Amino acid sequence: MASDAHAHAESPALRVQFDTEAQQKDASTLGMWLFLITEVMFFGGMFLVYTVYRHVYPGIFALASSSLNVYIGAANTVVLLCSSFTMVLAVRAAQLGQRKAIILFLILTLILGGIFLGVKAYEWNEKFQEHHIPGSSFHFEGMQPDEQAHAQLFFSLYFAMTGLHALHMVIGAGMLIFLIRQAQKGKYSAAYMTPVDLGGLYWHFVDIIWIFLFPLLYLIDRHLKG
Amino acid sequence: MITAAVQEREHYLNNSYGIKSWLLTKDHKRIGLLYLFTVTLFFFLGGAFATMIRIELLTPTGNFVSSETYNKLFTMHGVAMIFFFLIPAIPATLGNFFLPMMIGARDLAFPRINLLSWYLLVIGGLFSLFAMLAGGVDTGWTFYTPYSTTYSNSWVIATALGIFISGFSSILTGLNFIVTVHRMRAPGMTWMRMPLFVWSHYATALIQVLGTPVVAVTIVLLFCERVFHIGIFDPTLGGDPVLFQHMFWFYSHPAVYIMILPAMGIVSELVSVFSRKPIFGYQFVAYASMAIAVLGFLVWGHHLFVSTQSVYAALVFSFLSYFVAIPSAIKVFNWTATLYKGSISFATPMLYAFGFIGLFTIGGLTGLFVAALGFDVHVTDTYFVVAHFHYIMVGGTIMAYLGGLHYWWPKITGRMYPEGWAKLSALIIFLGFNLTFFPQFILGYLGMPRRYHVYPDEFQVLHVLSTAGASVLAVGYVMPMIYFIWSLRYGKVASANPWGATGLEWQTPSPPPLHNFDVTPIVTHDAYDYSTVVAQEVEVG
Repeated sequence: MASDAHAHAESPALRVQFDTEAQQKDASTLGMWLFLITEVMFFGGMFLVYTVYRHVYPGIFALASSSLNVYIGAANTVVLLCSSFTMVLAVRAAQLGQRKAIILFLILTLILGGIFLGVKAYEWNEKFQEHHIPGSSFHFEGMQPDEQAHAQLFFSLYFAMTGLHALHMVIGAGMLIFLIRQAQKGKYSAAYMTPVDLGGLYWHFVDIIWIFLFPLLYLIDRHLKG
Repeated sequence: MITAAVQEREHYLNNSYGIKSWLLTKDHKRIGLLYLFTVTLFFFLGGAFATMIRIELLTPTGNFVSSETYNKLFTMHGVAMIFFFLIPAIPATLGNFFLPMMIGARDLAFPRINLLSWYLLVIGGLFSLFAMLAGGVDTGWTFYTPYSTTYSNSWVIATALGIFISGFSSILTGLNFIVTVHRMRAPGMTWMRMPLFVWSHYATALIQVLGTPVVAVTIVLLFCERVFHIGIFDPTLGGDPVLFQHMFWFYSHPAVYIMILPAMGIVSELVSVFSRKPIFGYQFVAYASMAIAVLGFLVWGHHLFVSTQSVYAALVFSFLSYFVAIPSAIKVFNWTATLYKGSISFATPMLYAFGFIGLFTIGGLTGLFVAALGFDVHVTDTYFVVAHFHYIMVGGTIMAYLGGLHYWWPKITGRMYPEGWAKLSALIIFLGFNLTFFPQFILGYLGMPRRYHVYPDEFQVLHVLSTAGASVLAVGYVMPMIYFIWSLRYGKVASANPWGATGLEWQTPSPPPLHNFDVTPIVTHDAYDYSTVVAQEVEVG
């Protein structure tokens, strides 16, 4: 216990339930991975519903998908991938203890995330004007009345999945702002950078979800044509 | 003199005072007690609904409540008992308190997240409580679509939101347990030296982490469907209501194992301590918990045998459901084998353990009946199913929970409960339980459907028996409530290890100090190695 007290006196970030900083970092990292697994199961439910209805209504899903703008979606994918890259650079800077670089790359990540959300908002607005929002005024041009409901299913899933993804992006943006402020206060060093590391894990996870969403929502008509 | 010494020693209950020291505590032991308080409230709330159900069923005609009210009563009974009592009951109270102590840790890995999870349960509970007070919900605890999304005029959203929020409480508890077991074990506490209580909680935590997010997303979709009417579960818009059942049971069947696995962990502790023998086949029991956790995810389709599921799928689900019986049976056989040539004492916790083994066996074997396709079609949605799962949930989980509460009460409070009263209440609960639920097997087999409050006259005798049993059971449940509170002041002062048990939680004073151990323990023996224990004061009657 005497050595514990010593370790705790030396590193203020070490919490009382842990013996060493390595143990604390290990525990936090494992906790984050477990949290991401729960997220996989959470999104997994949505992907299941998508799979079921795309299997039942393949043609209508392809047709409905063709109304999404592939070029905007693809550009947004590139933006998000770049944000993952800047996030990696932020984590690397944290490992090296370069405080200014951490802040710079976190801000860049935040900006890229903001661009992604802005483009997403533009796309949703377009859908709104095209009457592709599920509800009483839903209308998809050139479809039989009974097919309208099935196209509406596609757009319900589109909004549910991209909405849930966007919500995770917003939470991620809040997290980035927190990390930037803490970094400005000089909380992170080469010895203690767990929050930046875990933030990176989360950001990449949200990015990977989009990597699945993009082809499943935007590209399925191409698959049929090919 | 001794009393004075105990009062002077600083422990987790007297190291700080005041409402804030409880509501903002990060101590896993205090959080365990907060949970104990909360789930006890919901237990008696759910019990009150059950009482009204049983009163209504005394007579064949609906003359106590209307059909609508009756629908709300059984729904709210289910919601309160399952989501706010059975799921958190053992892991979040006893697990929270003892899992870190049993592996020699000062606390869980994430104490603040632990406190957050209690707040989430309370907030979720308040939402559901609001729904109950504002007019109730009538969909059944299963929220089947399209009734719940389109037709029900009750408080579906508020209740579902409450369950959604409390689900995150369950996820965070599970996450905390997994990390704690992986990263916080004391020196020498290898995986194969962990008490079986810890193993079963580890398995439970896996289910909480993997299953609960699925019901969360299902509730999100239910919410979207009910509010925006987007058609995902509505057949008139091309959706599939049975998809909801698949997603709901993908969580809610494993949730049954969230409720029973921790109970099995308690029974493993009790059977070993009170027969003073190591658990027979320790590794088999440990791995059986893991097997139940894994297989539990592969059997949800047995809830859909009559829900348009394909016959081939039903065959596979039936087969896999039989498979779950194997690890469950391993546990029961190993507990009984542990008793063989043991030095058995019939202290109250052991009485509960015996009750568990007997009632769980009946509940488990009737589970095989309903996993069989032909028989299940006959008894689907009858009282046979109701009796089956009450034998598991009440006869199993609550028996073990009470056994665990009695067993660890001296450690939690530093006081012994009154043994004579406790034995009497254990007996009353066992008799009352069987009188309540055994007639329901017969009722169900004869064709009494569940969720109906009007029934043919010839069923009345069995219903009266069941209601009579329920009143006995209620007396049995109120008794521990009274003598536990009584014991806080008047109970005999407990020693550090009154049962002569081997667990690390008994190697520290009762009640434990703030950080559990004065010196971090170093483990050199297997769990249940009684040669190492010198009982300071064995007070077993």
